[in-house]
Amino acid sequence: MGDASRTELRPPTLVGVERPRTAEEVGALLRAASRAGRTVRPVGGGTKLGWGRPVPPPDLELSTLGLASVVEHNAADLTAVVEAGVRLGELQRLLGEAGQMLALDPPLGPGEGATVGGVVATGDSGPLRHRYGAPRDLVLGVTVALSDGTVARSGGKVIKNVAGYDLPKLIAGSFGTLGVICRVAVRLHPRPPAHATLVARAADPALLQRAAMALSHAPLELECLDLAWGGGEGRVLARFGGAAALARARAARALVPEADPEVVEDDDATWEAQRAGQRSSEGTVVRVSCLQTDLARVLAAAAGAGASAVGRAAAGTLWLTLPPAGVEEAVGQVEELRRSLAPLRCVVLDAPAAVREKVDVWGEEDPGLLALMRRVKARFDPTGTLNPGLFVEGR
Amino acid sequence: MVRATEAEAPPSSGKGRVDEGFVRRLRGICGEDRVLTGLHARQTYESDGLLQYRVVPPVVVLPVEAREVREVLRLCHREGVPWVARGSGTGLSGGAVPVEDGVLISLSRMRRILEVDLDNQRVTAEPGVTNAEVGAAVAPTHVYPPDPSSQVVCSIGGNVAENSGGAHCFKYGFTTNYVTGLEVVLPDGEVVRLGGKELDRPGYDLVGAFVGSEGTLGVATKVTVRVVPRPEAWRTLVAYFDTTDQAGQTVSDIVAAGLVPAAIEMMDRLSIQACEAATGAGYPLDVGAALIVELDGPAAEVEARFEEAVALCRRNGASGVRVARDERERELIWKARKAAFAAMGRISPNFYVQDGVIPRTRLAEVLREIDRLSAEFGLRVANVFHAGDGNLHPLVCYDGRVPGEAERADRLASLILKACVEAGGSLTGEHGIGLDKRRHMPLMFSEADLEAFHRLRCAFDPDGLANPGKVMPTPRLCGEVPGPYRQHPLEAAGLAERF
Repeated sequence: MGDASRTELRPPTLVGVERPRTAEEVGALLRAASRAGRTVRPVGGGTKLGWGRPVPPPDLELSTLGLASVVEHNAADLTAVVEAGVRLGELQRLLGEAGQMLALDPPLGPGEGATVGGVVATGDSGPLRHRYGAPRDLVLGVTVALSDGTVARSGGKVIKNVAGYDLPKLIAGSFGTLGVICRVAVRLHPRPPAHATLVARAADPALLQRAAMALSHAPLELECLDLAWGGGEGRVLARFGGAAALARARAARALVPEADPEVVEDDDATWEAQRAGQRSSEGTVVRVSCLQTDLARVLAAAAGAGASAVGRAAAGTLWLTLPPAGVEEAVGQVEELRRSLAPLRCVVLDAPAAVREKVDVWGEEDPGLLALMRRVKARFDPTGTLNPGLFVEGR
Repeated sequence: MVRATEAEAPPSSGKGRVDEGFVRRLRGICGEDRVLTGLHARQTYESDGLLQYRVVPPVVVLPVEAREVREVLRLCHREGVPWVARGSGTGLSGGAVPVEDGVLISLSRMRRILEVDLDNQRVTAEPGVTNAEVGAAVAPTHVYPPDPSSQVVCSIGGNVAENSGGAHCFKYGFTTNYVTGLEVVLPDGEVVRLGGKELDRPGYDLVGAFVGSEGTLGVATKVTVRVVPRPEAWRTLVAYFDTTDQAGQTVSDIVAAGLVPAAIEMMDRLSIQACEAATGAGYPLDVGAALIVELDGPAAEVEARFEEAVALCRRNGASGVRVARDERERELIWKARKAAFAAMGRISPNFYVQDGVIPRTRLAEVLREIDRLSAEFGLRVANVFHAGDGNLHPLVCYDGRVPGEAERADRLASLILKACVEAGGSLTGEHGIGLDKRRHMPLMFSEADLEAFHRLRCAFDPDGLANPGKVMPTPRLCGEVPGPYRQHPLEAAGLAERF
C-alpha cells in the first residue's frame, strides 16, 4: 500500500487492537464487531502480515497473543493441545525436552515470532513437509470463534477420529477468513535420535530433477527432500533421521553418482538455510506448486529470471525469490513466470507492497471452484467481518 | 441388534417424488439396463455392512461415467429428489442406507483406473475401483498405505467418503493424508475439481473438507491419490501376555522409546479364542492378550529397532514372543487379526462391532470399565485394538433370538462409546457416524459445534439432497445466508467489482 492514491481509500476509522484471553472473549469481540459492521484481522506474531491480497487496514486487529498457554502435552499419547498465541519455537523447545516435536518447521520470521495459530492459519510449512505433511495433516482438532460469536470445536485430540466433518482441515490454511483459531490439538512425532544429510550438486536442472526423483522413488523414508538453486548451481538435499542415519546417507550416495554426492553430518545450518530461503524482506517470493516431473522446468524458469529457489522436491512446493527490482520489472517477472509455468499455480507471498498491489497474488482461479469457496465463506462469515478481500475467495 | 427400521428410517428433506416420469428420465440418462426398479434388484441395496438398518430404495441407478452422475444429480436437484451414493457397501455405520423417497446411486460400475503416474507418485481412479486395485496398480515398487480390512472389496470412493484407515494408520495416516485431488459433482449437478495432482494449491482445503464427509457433500467421480515407495524391509512379532494391562504398558513403552511401528495391534483373550477357532493361526488359548508389533522401513533402521521392541515385550512379562521368520509366518500372524470381526460368529450367534477411540494411555481404565459393563449386562465383549492410534473395536456378543438381548447389547455398546468419549476420545475412528451413531453426536459435540458442521454442509448442499439423515443427530434446514451484503472497500471505490 505504498502510493498516496491508495491511502485516500482507507475508511476513516481508527485501527483498534484487542488481546482477548479466552476463546469466549474472542467470540464476544467478533460478535460485537460483526454487529457494528466492522472488519477484523486476527494477528499472531505478525510475521506474515504481508501475505495475501493487499486490503485496507481492518477496523480491529485481534491479537491472539493473550491465548498463550500449552494446555496439554500428552507425551505418551504423542498429542498436545495448545492455544493459538503460543510461539511455535517455544512449543518446540518444550516438546524437545520429551524427545518430541510438532513436525512443522516453517521459517519463524522476525524474532522467531511465528505462533502456532498463525502457522496453521496460513498453512505454512518447511522441509519436514516431505515426511510429515502440512499443518492440515497434523492438526487433530480446532476451537474456532466465528464472526457471529459462536465458539465451535471440531475434530478431537486423538490421532484417529472421523466423527463429524473435518473442519480442522478447512480452517487450516484459510488465512483467518472463516473464523479465528483459538486453540488446536496437534499430533506429535518423536525426534529422530540422529540426522545426516546427503547433498548432491549440479548446474543442470534436468540432472537435479533426476537426482531428486532417484531419491524420492527409493524406499529411504527421508525426513526431508529439498532442492536449492542459486548462482547458476543447484543442490538436492536429502535428510536422513534415525538410529542408522549416517550409514544410510552414505549408502544413498550410490543413487546419485552423477551429482557429486557428499554427506554432511552436522547439518542443522544447511536446513536452517532452506527454511530461511522461503522468506525475503526485499525480493518477491513466488510459491510454485508442481509435480516431480516439473522440477527441472521450474528451476530453469527460476534461473532465467535470475531467481534463487528452495523447496520440497517430492511434495513439489518451490519458493522462488526474484531479486529486488523496480515495480514494473518485478510485476513483469511474476507474469512471465506464470506464463511460462502455466498451468502450475504461482502464488506471490513476500513482496514489496507496490508489487502486491499490481499482481493478482493468488493467481487466476477456476470460476466454479471460486463460487464454491465463496459459498463456504458466506456460511462461516456471512457478515464478511474476517479479513475481507485478503484470501482467494475475497474478490 | 434388530431395530425397527420404520423408527430409524432416515428422514428426508426431499420435496420431489420418484414417480414413473422421474424413472423414465433416469432411463434416458443411464439407459434401460442400468436403472433398477424390480423389488428383488432393489433389495440388494437395502443396507450396507451394518445389517441392522434396511431401507429398500424406490430406484437404483448404476452410472458408468461422470457425465451420467452429473445428469442424475442435476435431475434430482431440479425435481427436489434426495439421493444416496454407494460404493461397495462395506461400511459399518449405515452411511450408505438408502432413503425411501430417493435415488440410490451405485458407483460400483465406475471402475476404471484412469492414470498411473509413477514418476509423480500419483494414481487417478474412478470411485468404484477397489482399494486393493489401487495398491496393485503401483506394485511392486510402491504402495497405497490406507488398508482397511475390507480392502479387497471396498472402493476408493467409499474410502474417500469415510476417510478410511486400517491397521497401518499410526505410522502412515489415513485416506485424507493421501488424497490430493477430487473431481466432485455437487448436489446441484455442477462439477468442481478440488485440489489436483499438485499439493498446496491456493484456496480453502476443500479436499480436506470433502474426505470423510460420508456422502453428504457430493459425489466424487475421480479420485487422485499419492502413493509411496514400498518399504525396504519389515519385521513382525506377536507377543503374549497374561493381562491386557501388560500388553498396554508395552505399547506405551514402545512409543516412549521413540519407535513408530507400522502397526501395533492388540487382542484380548476372547478375541484370540474366536480368531484361533476361525483360522488356526497358532495363537495360544490360555493367554490374556496378544500384541502384534510390525516395524517397517529402511532395513538398517528396522534391524536396529526391532530388538528394542522384542526387549520391551519381555521386560513387561511377555510369556512368549513369536517372531515371523518369513512372509508366510507374517501372513499367519495377520490372518488371525484380520479375521477378528468375522471370527466372532464362531463364538456368538450375533455380535455388534463398536468403533471408539481413546487416548492410548487411558486403555487400562477403559478396558476395566468395559469389563464392568460386560458383567453388569451379562454379555461378553471381545476387544480388538489398533493400539498405536487408540482405536478400540469392542465386539459385543449377544443372541438375537433371546428377547431383549439385542436391545441390551445396543445399550452396552452405547455405554462403551460414552466411556471412550469421557476418556477424551472419539465416537468413531474409522467406521463413521452414518445412521448408526448420529444419535451419539451430542456426547462429543455441543449444539454450537454441530451448527458449525451444518454450515459446511449448507455451502455444498443447501437443499439437503445428499445422503439426508446421516451424520447430524437431528435434521436441519439450511435457509438463506443471513447477514447483510457487505460491499468491499475496493468495490465501493470503484476499483473492483464482484462477478
